[in-house]
Amino acid sequence: MAIREDVIVIGGGLAGSMAALEAADSDASVRLITHKKSTLRHASGLIDVLGYLDEEEPVADPFAAISELPDDHPYSIAGEAAIRDGLARFDEAVGDTYQGDHTDTNALLPTFGGAIKPTARYPDAAAAGLASDSRDMLVVGFEELTEYNADMLADHLAAADVPFAVDGVELNFPGTYANDSRVTRFAKRLDNDEDVEYEGKTMGAREALAESVKPHIGDAERVGFPAFLGDDHAADVRADLERELGVDVFEIPMGPPSFPGMRLADRLKEAVDDAGIHISAGNPVIDYEADGDEIEAVIVDSKGREVPYHAEEFILATGGLVGKGIDSDRDGTVEEPIFDCHIPHSDDRYDWFDEEAFGNQPFAHFGVRIDEGMRPLDADGSPEFSNLRAAGGVVGGTDPVAEKSQSGISLTTAAVAGQRARERAAKREVSQ
Amino acid sequence: MSDAQQPSDFDATTAVDEFEPVDVFPSSEDMDLRPGADNCYKCTSCDTSCPVAEVNENFPGPKFQGPEQWRLKRHEDVDIDDSILSCSNCMRCDDACPSSVPLSQMHNTARGEYVEEHMDKLSMEYLRNRMLSNYRTMATIGSKVPRLANFVMGLGITSVLGEKIMGIPSERDVPEFATETFRQWWKKRGGSKVSNPDKQVAYFHGCYSNYNTVEVGKAMVRVFEEFGYEVLVPKQQCSGTPMFANGMLKDARREAEVNVRELGEAIDNGAEVIASCTSCSMALRQEYPELFDIEGIEELSEHTWEALEFLRVNEDLGQAIQESEVDPQAFAYHAPCHARNQGLDRQAVELFRDLDGATIEDVGESCSGISGTYGWKSEKYETSMKIGAEMFDHMEHAEGDVGMTECPTCAMQMNHGTGYEIRHPLELLEEALV
Repeated sequence: MAIREDVIVIGGGLAGSMAALEAADSDASVRLITHKKSTLRHASGLIDVLGYLDEEEPVADPFAAISELPDDHPYSIAGEAAIRDGLARFDEAVGDTYQGDHTDTNALLPTFGGAIKPTARYPDAAAAGLASDSRDMLVVGFEELTEYNADMLADHLAAADVPFAVDGVELNFPGTYANDSRVTRFAKRLDNDEDVEYEGKTMGAREALAESVKPHIGDAERVGFPAFLGDDHAADVRADLERELGVDVFEIPMGPPSFPGMRLADRLKEAVDDAGIHISAGNPVIDYEADGDEIEAVIVDSKGREVPYHAEEFILATGGLVGKGIDSDRDGTVEEPIFDCHIPHSDDRYDWFDEEAFGNQPFAHFGVRIDEGMRPLDADGSPEFSNLRAAGGVVGGTDPVAEKSQSGISLTTAAVAGQRARERAAKREVSQ
Repeated sequence: MSDAQQPSDFDATTAVDEFEPVDVFPSSEDMDLRPGADNCYKCTSCDTSCPVAEVNENFPGPKFQGPEQWRLKRHEDVDIDDSILSCSNCMRCDDACPSSVPLSQMHNTARGEYVEEHMDKLSMEYLRNRMLSNYRTMATIGSKVPRLANFVMGLGITSVLGEKIMGIPSERDVPEFATETFRQWWKKRGGSKVSNPDKQVAYFHGCYSNYNTVEVGKAMVRVFEEFGYEVLVPKQQCSGTPMFANGMLKDARREAEVNVRELGEAIDNGAEVIASCTSCSMALRQEYPELFDIEGIEELSEHTWEALEFLRVNEDLGQAIQESEVDPQAFAYHAPCHARNQGLDRQAVELFRDLDGATIEDVGESCSGISGTYGWKSEKYETSMKIGAEMFDHMEHAEGDVGMTECPTCAMQMNHGTGYEIRHPLELLEEALV
């Protein structure tokens, strides 16, 4: 019984990191067990709370809209105060690298498909791109990036009736690159401000990029780029471009590899480390030991050796179908693989999907159902275990992608799970 | 019809009734990597975690080297791309992949095939790689006459000739041979000082602790004896790590056969296998069963531990450390990539921050860049140092001016980039507990 903590959190994405931070805000010893890189690395980095109900129109104030959600929605179970606690904990963890905490109202941000997305928190790097801002906009794209087209993006934004003029321009990224260059190369060039050849002269990559954009600015007062403006020195890259161009510069989140997602993952890891939380990364939790309805240890598969990790309280934050916290099989199984928590689903897998791609997809609701202490419930509605709580994508009961609530549900369930685990671990210490 | 296709007149009820499962992945005698390739959903986590791709613009990255190349290879006229030799086998892609695609296994098999079928066996590159992979053979000869060997290797002319003829970077200092090997010391000592048939461990010292950093091996023995273990030191060969990385799979198999047999005997008698080098433990645990089919290889994999890991799990190492103290000293700790892959990257930092007198700082997630024999090749030297730059920088900003790591070649790189003395966690553990 050599490895023992008060609280063990399984999963190192947004929900796991935030639950660990919440639990560690006390004398409790906390360990975060993560297996692989989390899905945060390919997420947009935007923190949505609630973007859409059933209507076409986006939700203006998520807090005002919560009462319209069904009773078994994670927000209805956790309550408004929990959503606010989750956001507050997030704001504290990311500091001034994020904005949006000045208001309850959703911000509207452009996506790389040219849609407008309602979101509660956004990276500082995306701030100048707000669609509610009336300043004219130039969107820059690069011929080298096949997945992102600035002209199309600008047309889509214009078609969405944004309150400003928007133009798109497709350029070549300064310097020479291999045909299959990835955004990571461009980010690195900018991050280190490496010398590149531009119009017969050698100059830093940031200056060269600014020079190539300058002739296209026109009346625009802000310029948007795909989100690869630097990695470790992103703020410096943006500041340099703004100085050279004389206008605000912002990033538009794009698909993987997603720098806003990776930067957030890095920031959260730092916060977890600073909080003195132990981290075991690289091996999966595969099983548990329980005495009745109380979990005593989780079993980590340490490359073939099964190592028990003991704790008073456990938080399951392993993600949904993409994060592999929920598994499915063609034989009709949908399961939570560690604790085998109950997941409501049809045994007939042809019932799992709707023929309309953007219809109401049953699979999107897959996940554990929870009580007000975030404890997963069995088929009869009783807690599966007295000391297991769930947070993030593993929690089901709604379609977070459709309603744009994925990050908010993670923060909210993490806040409650972390608080309860911390309080109960402290109580037990007193009673022992 | 593929299961992914949508029939035009789709009717869920009849589709279920008529559905008959087909065996999509027929079991095969060969290593079938198809399920691994199919699990890749192109999230790019491997590409953004690859230290070589980060500094080398021409390296196509692990996603290409693994699942994409594997699929291309289904066409018989497609050969393995020579960029596979630029992969350093750090195995970070394994650690990154959220879909458990066996990337390093794919890279190792591709590299083995490339070296076997496309590399000129008389080329200087092949001979040099073969020599580097078989460090143990060189070291056996060198350590017979350690002072002479150290003198010759230290000569400027040796270094110049090494660079010109062999393609060994003259910037690097060849590691010195110990005047007494670990095994010589062990024999002279008369073996273990503890006799305990119920608590036995078999020490896999590997080449480096035997021929070069003998003090690490001695520390392992003393620390485990302190906890009441009888230490056995079975006959052993190289773990195979440098051979996998150079595509010399036949050499690796030859060594593995001896290790599986000798260590297997100890396991049959109730011992657990302990390694002090995280690449050795990685090889025994993961690469052996992934690459070879030898009787007892799974058993060896399941009974192998890294030294601190074993004590952390089976003894109350945390408590023992909290009750100890050492003279004030500060360390800049680097977690080797292979330690990361076994889930061991945090243990030294988390243990030693509770040790009175010791200050320890993790110098970050970056790779050291040497990756065993990789940084010992002239054409890879620059890449190796570019990868290492971040670690050197972080080391210099850390409070300590002594480095710490579990991996002997990471230690060489740390010393090469900063001039710091580098210690192994077992050495500090010995100071604290023995």
